[in-house]
Amino acid sequence: MGTADHPADRTSVVSPQLDPDSAEWVRTLTSFGAEREAAVARLHELLLRIARGEARRRSRQLRVTGPELDDLAYQAAADALLGITGKLGQFRGESRFTSWAYKFVIFEVSTKIGRHFWRNPSVPLDAEDWDRLPDRLGSQPAQESELRELTDALRRAVDSELTQRQRQVFVAIVLNGVPLEALAAELGSTRGAIYKIMFDARRKLRAILAASGYLDDDPSRRS
Amino acid sequence: MNGWPALERFLRTDPRDVGCTEAMELLHVYVELVAADAAAARRYPGIAAHLQACGPCAEDFEGLLAAIRDPAG
Repeated sequence: MGTADHPADRTSVVSPQLDPDSAEWVRTLTSFGAEREAAVARLHELLLRIARGEARRRSRQLRVTGPELDDLAYQAAADALLGITGKLGQFRGESRFTSWAYKFVIFEVSTKIGRHFWRNPSVPLDAEDWDRLPDRLGSQPAQESELRELTDALRRAVDSELTQRQRQVFVAIVLNGVPLEALAAELGSTRGAIYKIMFDARRKLRAILAASGYLDDDPSRRS
Repeated sequence: MNGWPALERFLRTDPRDVGCTEAMELLHVYVELVAADAAAARRYPGIAAHLQACGPCAEDFEGLLAAIRDPAG
């Protein structure tokens, strides 16, 4: 990602003939009248089941239960159904139809959970408390002096070397613990764009700290 | 000097990482390979690298894997 997409990941995809179940899904969803309506209803039922299961699986991130959680699942299933029926022509048979379809509903649950974060945020977007860094990273150096030295060096690099956008994203995600998906929703951006900003920021900060002797050289960059 | 391994790990990036867009586009293919124990990471190293680093995509991967393994929930 540092330079471009990994070409092997695209070229190795093949488009085999559809398996019988997938072919039947495509046939009925592209038919007309009662047959199509029945297929759409069956797909919605399936998507709702997956959405409910996924919402339950992630409910610890949500701090909601009961009817509100079910409402989120219902909306996710409805939006996924629209996405699937609208993009049916893009299904290339690289997987079973249901795997492709479940992906839509999983993404919808994910996006809705991201938006839900801002109903009750635990910290303002622009707060900045560097003392939280060890908690965010899950551990700290054994020596207090080393913690101070590394935190100060990182903070200087964040302040002086990152772009304004990189700094905003770094502070929100790393210091304030804002989930990436929630930040994307708040900034009117996408998960991929925010991830790329963080990816570039991490790479830049690592290079600066390594050049200053605070971190070892990255072995993957040695020729 | 590297007295803070967690910081080093957090800042480390993998050049094979394909990013969210590419990973999400092929997640349904990747997850079936994982479910079938069919060397998914070897066939799609860029997606494997991305899922190691991206929490939201890894969460979606886990959800999709659970869905195809047990659609009844």
